Amino acid sequence: MKFAGKTDNYAATQNACNLCSPLGAALVFKGVSNCVPLLHGSQGCSTYIRRYMISHFKEPMDIACSNFGEHTAIFGGGANIKLAIDNIRSQYSPELIGIATTCLSETIGDDVPMFIRSYKEECEDKENLPALVHVSTPSYQGTHMQGFHGAVRALVETLAEAAETGDKPLLNLFPGMVSPSDLRLLKEIAADFGMEPVLIPDYSDTLNGPLWTEYQRIPEGGTTIEAIKSTGGAAASLECGMILAGEPETAGTWLDKKFSVPAHRIGLPIGIRETDKMMDILAEVSGNPIPDKYLGQRGRLLDAMVDGHKHLNGVKAALFGEEDLVAGLAAFCSEIGVIPALCATGGGAGRFEKTIKSVVPERIHRKMEIMEDVDFVTIEKALEKTGVDLLIGHSKGYAMSRRLKTPLLRVGFPVHDRVNGSRTLHLGYRGAQQLFDRIVNKIIEIKQDRSDVGYTYM
Amino acid sequence: MAEAAKDLSTEKVTLDNLDPEEVKARIMAKYPPKVARKRSKQFVINKVGEDGKTPVINANVRTVPGLMGQRGCCYAGCKGVVLGPTRDIINITHGPIGCGFYSWLTRRNQTDPESTPDGHNFMTYCFSTDMQDEEIIFGGEKKLKQAIQEAYDNFKPKAIAVFSTCPVGLIGDDVHSVCREMKEKLGINVFGFSCEGYKGVSQSAGHHIANNGIFKHVVGLDDTIKEGKYRINLLGEYNIGGDAFEIERIFDKCGITQVATYSGNSSIDAFANSHTADLNCIMCHRSINYVAEMMETKFGVPWIKVNFIGAHATAKSLRKIAQYFGEQELIDKVEEVIAEELPEVEAACAEVRPRTEGKRAMLFVGGSRAHHYQELFGELGMKTLSAGYEFGHRDDYEGRKVLPDIKVDADSRNIEELTIEKDPERFNPRISEERKAELEKAGFAFNDYDGMMPEMPDGAMVIDDLSQWETDQLIKIFKPDLFCAGIKEKYTVQKHGIPLKQLHSYDYGGPYAGFKGAINFYHEIDRMVNSRVWEYMKAPWDKNPELAATYACD
Ligand code: SF4
Ligand code: SF4
Repeated sequence: MKFAGKTDNYAATQNACNLCSPLGAALVFKGVSNCVPLLHGSQGCSTYIRRYMISHFKEPMDIACSNFGEHTAIFGGGANIKLAIDNIRSQYSPELIGIATTCLSETIGDDVPMFIRSYKEECEDKENLPALVHVSTPSYQGTHMQGFHGAVRALVETLAEAAETGDKPLLNLFPGMVSPSDLRLLKEIAADFGMEPVLIPDYSDTLNGPLWTEYQRIPEGGTTIEAIKSTGGAAASLECGMILAGEPETAGTWLDKKFSVPAHRIGLPIGIRETDKMMDILAEVSGNPIPDKYLGQRGRLLDAMVDGHKHLNGVKAALFGEEDLVAGLAAFCSEIGVIPALCATGGGAGRFEKTIKSVVPERIHRKMEIMEDVDFVTIEKALEKTGVDLLIGHSKGYAMSRRLKTPLLRVGFPVHDRVNGSRTLHLGYRGAQQLFDRIVNKIIEIKQDRSDVGYTYM
Repeated sequence: MAEAAKDLSTEKVTLDNLDPEEVKARIMAKYPPKVARKRSKQFVINKVGEDGKTPVINANVRTVPGLMGQRGCCYAGCKGVVLGPTRDIINITHGPIGCGFYSWLTRRNQTDPESTPDGHNFMTYCFSTDMQDEEIIFGGEKKLKQAIQEAYDNFKPKAIAVFSTCPVGLIGDDVHSVCREMKEKLGINVFGFSCEGYKGVSQSAGHHIANNGIFKHVVGLDDTIKEGKYRINLLGEYNIGGDAFEIERIFDKCGITQVATYSGNSSIDAFANSHTADLNCIMCHRSINYVAEMMETKFGVPWIKVNFIGAHATAKSLRKIAQYFGEQELIDKVEEVIAEELPEVEAACAEVRPRTEGKRAMLFVGGSRAHHYQELFGELGMKTLSAGYEFGHRDDYEGRKVLPDIKVDADSRNIEELTIEKDPERFNPRISEERKAELEKAGFAFNDYDGMMPEMPDGAMVIDDLSQWETDQLIKIFKPDLFCAGIKEKYTVQKHGIPLKQLHSYDYGGPYAGFKGAINFYHEIDRMVNSRVWEYMKAPWDKNPELAATYACD
């Protein structure tokens, strides 16, 4: 839940730095195979959320809604949700319908679990019934990240069983809200350790797929329901996100409690240290040594860092966006010698400052501004004073970047003014390599542009 | 496509060599019976009879839960569409954060702040009360007041507007009384809109609410008469991709003065004295006809329907305006401008047309664009197989002649209809009864819009509120050469190897209005339908012969 009082000075929000909860939930449901997300509320929310995610991922994104009218808003949405489920089934025959609420159905206090129970009871063809998973996502209690993690937990809580494991040890991977390219990378890493990863969510194909040769009712890909069921029998869970780790109950802790699947919790593996941590855990859990491939990647990354380091002397950056992403980026920046002079988020979990301080060396703390639960107007005001060389964050920082004449390096979500939002790599040694190259090149570019001579030999 | 001869009821109409009735039946068969019954009435095979009579289409009805449509909500229509493009009003969204965030600079309305002395432009900002638990439980009026005060303190705007989202209506905040109070306190215009998303069935309800609000709170506040001989307002033009700039350019050339545009490139000052114009010209009938009707009743300004999409439609609209004023000087000037502009347009068209001739398009967008853009495709020799609106009403399909027959359902009944009366001092009929009769006799239509269907060929499928699943079926069955819709549909359609032209945002291109816009559009469509990228869809090693048009719906 967010703190009351947006900032020191303002009650309202101007140019928010966070999105709303059902968006996060819908994204998670897009990472499940043969699933249709359904928002319980009026149609505007699902249309806005669809449009918003589509402009980032540039992929089909079907999200249904139960379409409240004035009458429904007064008398409740029980009939609508049942009708919506029926119609989704007749058009898409999904295996799972992921139901998230909007502020409207939350405000009127619809009892969705009860609606689901009665739908199941009244249903005539019980054997064909898709799984129905519900998560409560009022946006006046949290951001898109609460919606995201809530949906991950709901999937596990609703579906996980004490399953038998196959030949390969299973690894539950809860990656957080990262890009399709990041998800692909995580799967590859787990497989290289000889493990069978169950990624929740896995939208690497559904939201970054090839052209179709045949019509796909629901875009192919995503974690199967079978796989989600099997999470109860996994060898371990790996949950990414330090802010998330402060939540009392997550998918990882729930599986630990219920099925004694040990939960390992790290930050988003951005940069050397956190990726190293992930490698160590995977080696331990799988019983296999870190594959040479990764030692090679790590070596090359370090080599590049040593070589490129000269360009980063005294460089200051402002990082903004989702809490865990900013924490990961802050850690990475300090590794490469960039001062994360300002770290800001629209999220309000209440653990941001402490987390940031834990990943940045102490001597930098006093040069840093850490802002939680803020909007862009507040961030911009702070930056006018601080002054940085580079902004690292999502597209909504562009207006600020333009006014401050400070370049913006686009990462995270949403990126709707570049074409590669879904392909940006942030995680692992390879992600770090790409981030590093982009940051250094940007700095070189700035110096080059500002030089009177126009050196090309740098 | 075998064109069916008109009014030969014995002859079977075909569409792209298929039987449209059968296509429809197949699609409907997939729905549960009740849904199929409802959708059938919104899915009509066109047939134009005498006097432009067409089959009845059901429109402006609630989307069935679970069908993924294109529509947005009432708030989106009010805040996003009608008031969003006005640069110098601070728009505050009263509600949780998402609604405001998603409507933050996501439409491509361009504006020119330099053209008003204060240079105010708040379009790049997103103001929201960002309601939290506390406000949902105890009410949000206090926070709203603070938000208005803050916006005022920071920006000193001329006006502040407040837009309510769904939860606001339920917790019972009285935004109007807050606005009144703050108006008094701050001494600037502050007004609110009860445009909760669940009202009405689409953006359309929000348009109506916005029209009412502007009319009540802004129109008529400034009686200064702007200089100019032929003074008009352009209504329902939102300056996507710079369309309004192109139209302004043409008007300037013709010596026509624009008092206000609703609401592309607009300022609140222009709305305030828009009632001093002598003619209202409507582009998008759906979103703005209410203001025109009210202005006529109260101030005596007549309205006509115009269309500046398509070079010939542009010429026709200019001639219509000149005919209304009836001054030879203007009539000549308009002809001169048309003669000057058209050759370049025609040359561009002639160059492109051999590559676009005979290509087949589908258009599903908005409440007027699906109609207007058929003009441009016609100029390119392209055929429209199927078209429909996202939030149009029956009159936008069949023409205003059906207005008396439209049944008002529960969803529309609660949208306020203002009762407007003649202004005792300021009512001034701009044109005498005799002159009006004379013009009408010559075929000039006041207050009329014929709708989309009378201009479409027989057999074409007219589909209201098309769903995503139906989109997929149409694509599979017809494999059109081009599909026109918005960003939500874009990437699905393109997965099938068919280009999609975004007609909301123009794919970041434009302008497409007027003469220069037409040229832009020709080139853009040529590039899209003839791009080499589609050739690579089939990898060289992929030898499977392409499946013949499969007919099954799944
Ligand atoms: S009402 Fe809530 S769920 Fe809907 S868009 Fe607004 S913030 Fe998001
Ligand atoms: S909550 Fe209501 S106003 Fe906001 S986006 Fe959803 S439907 Fe529209």
